[in-house]
Amino acid sequence: MGFMNFTKTVITNLFHKPVTTAYPFEPEAYPERTRGKVGIAIEQCIFCGMCGRKCPTGAIRVDRAEKRWTIERFGCIQCGSCVENCPKKCLFMMQNYPQPAADKYEESFVQPPAPATEEAPKKEETKGKVD
Amino acid sequence: MSTRSIVPFGPQHPVLPEPIHLDLVLEDEKVVEAVPSIGFVHRGLEKLVEKKDFQEYVYVAERICGICSFMHGMGYCEAVEHIMGIEIPPRAKYLRTIWCEMSRIHSHMLWLGLLADAFGFESLFMQSWRIREKILDMFEYSTGGRVIFSVNKIGGQRKDMDGDMLKQFMEVLSGIEAETKVIAKTFLGDKAVNSRLRGVGFLTKQQAHDLGAVGPFMRASGIALDNRKLGYAAYPDIDFEPVTSEIGDCYARCDVRIREIFQSIDIIRQAAAKIPEGEVAVPVKGLPDGEYMMRVEQPRGEAIYYVKANGTKFLDRVRVRTPTFANLPGMLETLKGCDFADVPILILTIDPCISCTER
Repeated sequence: MGFMNFTKTVITNLFHKPVTTAYPFEPEAYPERTRGKVGIAIEQCIFCGMCGRKCPTGAIRVDRAEKRWTIERFGCIQCGSCVENCPKKCLFMMQNYPQPAADKYEESFVQPPAPATEEAPKKEETKGKVD
Repeated sequence: MSTRSIVPFGPQHPVLPEPIHLDLVLEDEKVVEAVPSIGFVHRGLEKLVEKKDFQEYVYVAERICGICSFMHGMGYCEAVEHIMGIEIPPRAKYLRTIWCEMSRIHSHMLWLGLLADAFGFESLFMQSWRIREKILDMFEYSTGGRVIFSVNKIGGQRKDMDGDMLKQFMEVLSGIEAETKVIAKTFLGDKAVNSRLRGVGFLTKQQAHDLGAVGPFMRASGIALDNRKLGYAAYPDIDFEPVTSEIGDCYARCDVRIREIFQSIDIIRQAAAKIPEGEVAVPVKGLPDGEYMMRVEQPRGEAIYYVKANGTKFLDRVRVRTPTFANLPGMLETLKGCDFADVPILILTIDPCISCTER
C-alpha cells in the first residue's frame, strides 16, 4: 500500500493531448470492416430475393415485377447476412452509419429500365411509419 | 434494540448501471437482510427461438448481453454444433479463443471503471475506460462492430484475421498491458481505494461453494474452477491456470479480475503464436436433432446454454443460465452485516449484468 500511486497518470495526462476526437468537427476514420449500413449497386441486381430471405429481421423487401429493392433502415441490424449471401455481389456494407431520424423510414432503389445508361441509379426515398 | 427500517435501492440508482431492485432491511447503519427483485428488462429472447431459424438465432443470442455478446453467440453456436456433430476448422477455434479473451479484457476493464466510479474515483474510471477503448477499436477493426460483432456462425467464423492484423494487435496489447500495470497500482496499492475494498463483503470458500457462486466472484474465495478448462474452442492447447485468491473480500475480487486481464493478454499471445492456417468455416448441412448443454466461461462466470432441437429448422427450446443469476444468492449473503455505504460496491463486485439475467 502506498501514497501518490496515481500521480504518474495525472502528470502524464496534464501534458498529453486529448485521447478523444472532436467529432463531428474532425471526421471519424472507420476501419474497412465497419458495418455501417447496407448499400446496393442496383444496376447489377437480378432481384432474386436471396437477401430478403436471409435477412434475420426481414428488413429487406424485393419486388421483382417493379424492379424495386427496399430496406427498412431501422429494421436492419447490420449483420451483413445479405451481403454474404448475394449471388451477384451487388450488395455491400458502407462504413457510415444510418442518419438518426425522428421516424422509422424505408429507402427504395429502383433499377432504371434496360438498356442501362451511364446515369446514376434513381433513388426514391419515402419517409413514413413502418409497422 | 435498534429500530429496523427498509430502504429501497434501485432499479434506478446513480451507481447501478443495471436495473435490479433491492429492499435493504437496515438496523441503524447495518444491513441485516436484502430482498432482491428482478424482472424490469425482460425481453423474451428465449421465446424468439420458435420464430427464428436456428442459424438466424445466432444474431439473437449475441444480443442477450452487450458486454459478452461474442461469448453468448459462441456458446449457442457450439451447442448447436455439438448436436449436429460439426467439427469446426482449427483456425476458427483459435479465432474464437482470441475474440473470447478480448471480450474478457474489455469486460474486466469496464468493471474496473465502474468500480472506480462506485467509490467516487472519477479519473480512475476514465483511465480504465480509455484503455478499454483500444480493445473496442480492435474489435471494430477485426469484426466490423464495436459491441455486436456478428462473427459467429454455426460451423465456424464469418471473418478471419490475417497475419498483419494479429501482429498489429500484439503491439496494441503490449501497450494495454503496460497501461493496465500503471492503473493496477492504484487499484491494488492506493490507500484510499484499499480502505473502501479491504475487509468488505467477505464470502468464504464454503459459502461460495454452497451458494453456487461462479466466475471471479467464486475464484476470489479460493475455488479454482474455470470452465475454459473444459476444453471448448482452442483452450485445450493453451497453457493457463485459473486465477484465484484466498481472501474473499472486495479487494480479492478486484485483484482476481486485474490478474485475469493479464492472463487474457497472455492467452491471446499464445493463441496468436499457435494459430494454424486454413479455412474458418465449414458448410452446414442438415437440421439439428437432439439436445445439448454447453458451458462456457464468460467474464462474469459460468454461462449455461441448453439447446433442444427437433429435426426442423426451428428449435424447441433454448435456455440460458447467466452468471449473474448464479451469483445473486452469494451477493445477498455478502450484503448481510455490511455497512449501508458499502452496498453499491458490494453489488458491483459480482459484476452484475441484469439485462442478460432477464433476457
